Amino acid sequence: MLGLNKKDTSLLVAVALLVALAPIILNPFPEGSALAQFNAGYPDLMQRFVIFGIFAVGFNILFGLTGYLSFGHAAFLGAGSYAGVWMLKLLTINVIPAILISTVVAGLFSILIGYISLRRSGIYFSILTLAFAQMSFALAASVLTPITGGETGLQTALDDPRILDGANTTGNIPAPSLFGMEMSDSLQVNVAGWLWTFNVGYYLAGVILLIAFYVAIRIFRSPFGLMLRAIKSNQQRLTYTGLNTRPYMLACFVISGMYAGLAGGLMVAMDPLAGAERMQWTASGEVVLMTILGGIGTLIGPVLGAGLIKYFENIFSKINSNLLHEWFAFLPDGLEDFVVAIIYPFIGKGWHLTLGLMFMAVIIFLPGGLVELGQKIARKMSGKSDDKQTKSTE
Amino acid sequence: MDQIILQILNGLDKGSAYALIALGLTLIFGTLGVVNFAHGALFMLGAFCAVTLNRILSLSHTVIDETKKDFLGNPLKVEVPYVQGWFGESTGQAIIDWSVPLAILFTIPVMIAIGVIMERGLIKHFYKRPHADQILVTFGLAIVLQEIVKYYFGANQIPMNAPQAFFGSFDFGAMIGMEPGAIIYPYWRIIYFCFAAVLVGGVLAFLQFTTFGMVVRAGMADRETVGLLGINIDRRFTIMFGIAAAVAGLAGVMYTPINPPNYHMGMDFLVISFVVVVVGGMGSLPGAILAGLLLGILESFASMRQIIELLPGINQVVIYLAAIVILLTRPRGLMGRKGVMED
Repeated sequence: MLGLNKKDTSLLVAVALLVALAPIILNPFPEGSALAQFNAGYPDLMQRFVIFGIFAVGFNILFGLTGYLSFGHAAFLGAGSYAGVWMLKLLTINVIPAILISTVVAGLFSILIGYISLRRSGIYFSILTLAFAQMSFALAASVLTPITGGETGLQTALDDPRILDGANTTGNIPAPSLFGMEMSDSLQVNVAGWLWTFNVGYYLAGVILLIAFYVAIRIFRSPFGLMLRAIKSNQQRLTYTGLNTRPYMLACFVISGMYAGLAGGLMVAMDPLAGAERMQWTASGEVVLMTILGGIGTLIGPVLGAGLIKYFENIFSKINSNLLHEWFAFLPDGLEDFVVAIIYPFIGKGWHLTLGLMFMAVIIFLPGGLVELGQKIARKMSGKSDDKQTKSTE
Repeated sequence: MDQIILQILNGLDKGSAYALIALGLTLIFGTLGVVNFAHGALFMLGAFCAVTLNRILSLSHTVIDETKKDFLGNPLKVEVPYVQGWFGESTGQAIIDWSVPLAILFTIPVMIAIGVIMERGLIKHFYKRPHADQILVTFGLAIVLQEIVKYYFGANQIPMNAPQAFFGSFDFGAMIGMEPGAIIYPYWRIIYFCFAAVLVGGVLAFLQFTTFGMVVRAGMADRETVGLLGINIDRRFTIMFGIAAAVAGLAGVMYTPINPPNYHMGMDFLVISFVVVVVGGMGSLPGAILAGLLLGILESFASMRQIIELLPGINQVVIYLAAIVILLTRPRGLMGRKGVMED
């Protein structure tokens, strides 16, 4: 189907099903039950899963295929966000032009940065991208305030021109919409205690994720993708055979930057606000974490990693010590306090600690990330010998 | 003229912090070939060693002072630090007052221990892995260290004081024969610079003039041959890692009165320190020091009012701009050695 082999088709279908049914799957606990706070099926979080999934898939095209570790990818996300908000302000509140233009702007921006950064490789490339991203961040937060809104950020206002819609001066600030359907509109279904929310913005982002995922599969399986892998395994040899690797690298970098811009555009489509902190290098670090955690160089890994980190960030961080005491109330008093004292540093506000430990564990023991873990478990379950399986997965 | 000298002085103290961190990074890279993203965290840990020592020294117990009354007429309760009880009032107060310089003694063993544990426990297993893996695992470690510190010390800045004797500023201009009042400079910053100079000199002298240092330098040049000669080079490199950690820690200790420590100060410095290392040339110790000082001075010149008016925002980006220009025009950095990470 669509030029994919059987395995890839089933992967794409699986992802499509997951995206379509996420509001149901992510809400496994009935509304009002004690565990309902572990439900992730609310629109805001699901949108983030999908958007950061796109971001991570794009990052993986660069890092996973070519091994060039960019520490400044958030700059493209930020550039895309700003471009998107300006479209919403100037042209129309419809999100389609905003998303398109943010992808294009991020692409142009990445041509510029990529052209310079790709003159070096290895650690120097990482430092160069980091330097560019920090520069963009510093400029966006200070000098470029008329364009970027500085530290308060850029947002839509009531009296924006909006050439296609016509400016209005009364009523509320219009919310971003898709041909009249607002992004925040959702259909809530209550089935025997389970509350399912089907949100317009989420499904728009979901469809775009599927397209982005499909494009990523095609890139992975194409001769172009093969060339990128060759760059990863031995760039020098490739150069000696008379091939100029720079155009391939630049194309890859720009594609990856456009994915980031697309994610930025979707972010402002869901919530028309862009701030400079989106460009900070911690944001670039986050996408690195997602990709590695999920599984570098695999197709589905980055999406899983993005989902996992965003889930932790939003759900895990909400748990406080009172809640922990509630859960462990069945233990004897002294023991309860002890258990809570042990667990508390790792959750709630300290979830970053868990994240860091998990990340280190993955790098040390599972360089292939969660996907490798899944493969290992599957192998154990099927009881086949390791050698046979490794051959067949390669 | 006085403006120029002032900006150079301003640049020197920040520049010497960059230089110290970059020196440690380069030591680790030159000996072990590891790109250590957790080095900023070591700087931060050093700063928090000073905080810890200050807290330990300030531990106090309540004493009822019969001679004074509080506003209700009851005997006044006074918190008296234990050190005052042990060493007498004035000595005790002096000890607390001097807690930052004292922390140097406390920090050296702690940081060497942390460095050695880090190398033996984690980094050792990453020698054969690609540089990207080393960057990532140390990045993860930096997050973990940062979060542990945040858990114990909170997310806020913790103000620390230099000893009373070094409060205030002195008139540097008058000292070098210019009109008084032209260049006023805080004492502590000049002390920081001198401290950094001594530390850098000490490390370089240690490498240059001791047998241990000679073996380490030989190992940096050709690790395998030194190993074949029957020298346990791994153990020496581990010690060098400990020393690099101690240098970063000491840089952090002495920086606390200039910049109140918080848990993410390491990351803030790390990004710039990497730029410094790359500008100086990967693996070159003098390059790292030179680049650190130069970039510090460059940054302070770019922060001058006249220059900001001319080129707004330049103070924020000048370091990165310089790094980009140098990386593209001089691929090896200012003083990089041939054959060290040239691609």
